[in-house]
Amino acid sequence: MATKAADTPALGASSTQPDAVVVRFAGDSGDGMQLTGGQFTLSTALAGNDLATFPDFPAEIRAPQGTLFGVSAFQINFGSREISTAGDAPDVLVAMNPAALKVNLPSLKPGGLIIADTGEFTKRNLDKAKYASNPLEDGSLDKWQVLAFDISAMTVEAVKPFGLGNKDALRSKNMWTLGLALWMFDRSREPIEQWLKGKFKNKPDIADANIAALNAGHAYGETAELSAPLKQVHMAPVASDPGLYRTITGAEAVSLGLVAGAQLAELPMFFGGYPITPASAILHHLARMKEYGVTTFQAEDEIAAICSAIGASYAGSLGVTSSSGPGIALKGEAMGLGIITELPLVIINSQRGGPSTGLPTKTEQSDLYQAVYGRNGDAPMPVIAASSPADAFECAIEACRIAVEYMTPVMLLTDGYIANAAEPWKVPDPASFKPFPAKFLTEKNGPDDTLLTYKRDEKGARPWIKPGTPGLMHRIGGIEKDSLTGNISYDPANHQLMTDLRKAKVDGIANDVPAQGTCLGEPGAKLAVVGWGSTYGPIHRAVAVAREKGLDVAHVHFRHIWPMPANTGELLRSFDKVLVPEMNTGQFKTVLRDQFLIDAQSYTKTNGLPFYIHELEAAIEEALS
Amino acid sequence: MNAPAKIETTLKDWETDQEVRWCPGCGDYAILKAVQRTLPQLGANPANTCFISGIGCSSRFPYYMETYGFHTIHGRAPAFATGAKLANPDLDIWLVTGDGDGLSIGGNHLMHVLRRNVNMQIMLFNNEIYGLTKGQYSPTSREGTRSPSTPLGSVDHPARPAAFALGAGARFVGRGFDVSKNLPDVLKAAHAHQGAAFVEIFQNCIVYNKDVFNDFAAPKGAEDRQLWLENGQPMLFAGGTKGIALDKDNLCLKVVDVEGDDWETAGVIVHDVTNRSIAHMLVELPFGPFPMALGVLYDDPRPSYEVSVAAEREKAIAGKQANLAKLLGTGQTWTVE
Repeated sequence: MATKAADTPALGASSTQPDAVVVRFAGDSGDGMQLTGGQFTLSTALAGNDLATFPDFPAEIRAPQGTLFGVSAFQINFGSREISTAGDAPDVLVAMNPAALKVNLPSLKPGGLIIADTGEFTKRNLDKAKYASNPLEDGSLDKWQVLAFDISAMTVEAVKPFGLGNKDALRSKNMWTLGLALWMFDRSREPIEQWLKGKFKNKPDIADANIAALNAGHAYGETAELSAPLKQVHMAPVASDPGLYRTITGAEAVSLGLVAGAQLAELPMFFGGYPITPASAILHHLARMKEYGVTTFQAEDEIAAICSAIGASYAGSLGVTSSSGPGIALKGEAMGLGIITELPLVIINSQRGGPSTGLPTKTEQSDLYQAVYGRNGDAPMPVIAASSPADAFECAIEACRIAVEYMTPVMLLTDGYIANAAEPWKVPDPASFKPFPAKFLTEKNGPDDTLLTYKRDEKGARPWIKPGTPGLMHRIGGIEKDSLTGNISYDPANHQLMTDLRKAKVDGIANDVPAQGTCLGEPGAKLAVVGWGSTYGPIHRAVAVAREKGLDVAHVHFRHIWPMPANTGELLRSFDKVLVPEMNTGQFKTVLRDQFLIDAQSYTKTNGLPFYIHELEAAIEEALS
Repeated sequence: MNAPAKIETTLKDWETDQEVRWCPGCGDYAILKAVQRTLPQLGANPANTCFISGIGCSSRFPYYMETYGFHTIHGRAPAFATGAKLANPDLDIWLVTGDGDGLSIGGNHLMHVLRRNVNMQIMLFNNEIYGLTKGQYSPTSREGTRSPSTPLGSVDHPARPAAFALGAGARFVGRGFDVSKNLPDVLKAAHAHQGAAFVEIFQNCIVYNKDVFNDFAAPKGAEDRQLWLENGQPMLFAGGTKGIALDKDNLCLKVVDVEGDDWETAGVIVHDVTNRSIAHMLVELPFGPFPMALGVLYDDPRPSYEVSVAAEREKAIAGKQANLAKLLGTGQTWTVE
């Protein structure tokens, strides 16, 4: 929700229809909560609401049943107005077992609605969740509204005709719950039924059982005589630009953006990857896009993944690799080779909590230093960051453009939140994208019939020379090269020159990207809240709320992290104060201070969760007080 | 991939204008010449030929070949080569690595390029020492090797490159040594093999591990200490007076004496390059009791990786059209009027 938890009456406590609702589905990691959430998201999108989601799941695939650490949750914020985050606090919590209730209760809005499956509130499960007594019965949930009924038993009853065993029957619990949720928000079941039929194409019995459970949950909402809390809510569609829409996750958006980028560069794409959470989804998506000239290669390790991509770039493809922090660390040496050989390469880092293995399934922005500074030698490399799942599409295209036009590796930063979260996306028209076709050298480019492999163009880029081209045989490698011929050179003056040229090339990108503007407020405001990456949503909403209260505050959000647009210093110096909220210990703040000598202040958080809007509102008020 | 047109070149056409910077007397010079002699005989096209190396003395090799060349990072050459080959299957790729580069820091990549069977020639220069870093013992150094990092002698057991390659799934394993006149023949066979062809080349590091291979590579007495394997020919050495036979009771190889020309009676094996079981024994043959097995130890091709990748792609895209607008609008969509 957009406003402070306490400001908005929870669902059902007021007779007025809310303009946005936050629902969290929580259960065991084997309960199918991510699927339930995903399908609820789809129905929400089809109903024309704006939305944002936040999948929150444990690193363990199937943690021991009923345990606190095995709880998996999916939160969705949807409404009839613009939605910028997955919501601070849920209005509705669906708790499939005691552990799910215990873990998620602290974030539930006061007066919020709890829907619980009494069938799972057994002594054994209560013990596992470390409840001394049953919270559904001991009065400890009095400040919320509780609807508790035996979803398990009703599911088993609903799927009886299909002859499933008890264990299989209970697997449909999530569909029963989804059916109830669809009724609550007046949604069509039809797309879910279609999806189930497709998913269980070869097991029609299972499809039918799930549909029966879905219908039973829906019918329960419709016909059962429920107490006051359960009211049907109709959320009006949000007014959007006309056009074709779909939901998109960051991983999908990056994949599609890369495909589009390679097409705009008129290049085949080679993607070298190694499985790692939360980056693997990009490899999975691209592996199915062979007709777009995409070759995917699951390498033996992170290093081989980037090296194979550089090898492919060397041979004339657009090399791409992707990972998360620990894998990016392993790729560092190869990035240096990409930088010194000056070959195009796109590196995607879906950041997660660190250091080391850290929090693999949680989100963080703590790889900024690694991206900007994390290589041996003076190794400048452009870095750009996506601010939302949909924005990741354009960022991927931009990363491809810079890589190809400047003959350089480029890092695109997303994070676990962007990678997994879904939002509605207006499908763009490919004809609106500006192509940037790659050029290959086909004949000698120096005086007296010589080849100058490091002769630079106006952007400072060297020519791309594909092996196989007659007459242009040459050698490149990681040893310093002569500034024109590219032959090995240990000459001190040449190394100074090449260091300067590599830096100047990357610095020059600052003049080849759009000027930095504000996304809310004007230059010269008393306070600028400066962000990058997935903090866009909460910052935007918090600044909007502060401005509605009359505070003189602006929102500045960076896509280009390194180099920053040429006007950045001038813009930032126009504000009295600069506040930089980040999900790290203040990394972008350090870069801003270093680059512009401004007194940027940090507001940071590293608990694996995105910022809440109310946290940022408080930080803004504090900064202006 | 179509067989590329053969073109005429001379050894000179394969030399670069770069000053060769190995130590005078290094075995690498001989290998360089052997390769430069071999390529014209193959009718290879310099523009289509690409040498890819890691780091180390051997890995400077590409700078001296008038072809495309990529001197990459330590141990990772197989990964670069795999990417390049997938991006352009028509490239004729030669990988140059050493015992440290290929078996220590890059052991993982070497294993996987062999397992995947990516079509390229892999030359591992084995000098049983780290040369470029000034003489530390390497993964192929013999037990007891004294070096700056093992002043009391190394205690670890050496890796056997050919055995490693075969164990990793290589479909071609060859062996030669730097100054051998037969080295070009081994390289030619490796080049003819469609798939990853692994060639171990013993190379004399005259500064840090001088003459360590003399026990079999020295010209004097070479006949007695070298077993040159030839497909379809009996495994004979010592001027035909000795041969290799199968000890059927112990399932291993043994040396037998041959009376006159009657190797058959002595039970000498006829070398069959496709016999993987015998190949496993040949790569493990201990030098000393046995001669050093050289030449083509094993050669039994199966579909190479880049060919299989291309075939899978063709199948997957058959009848499909790339349509970006359609791709972007896939999934469950809705229209706002």
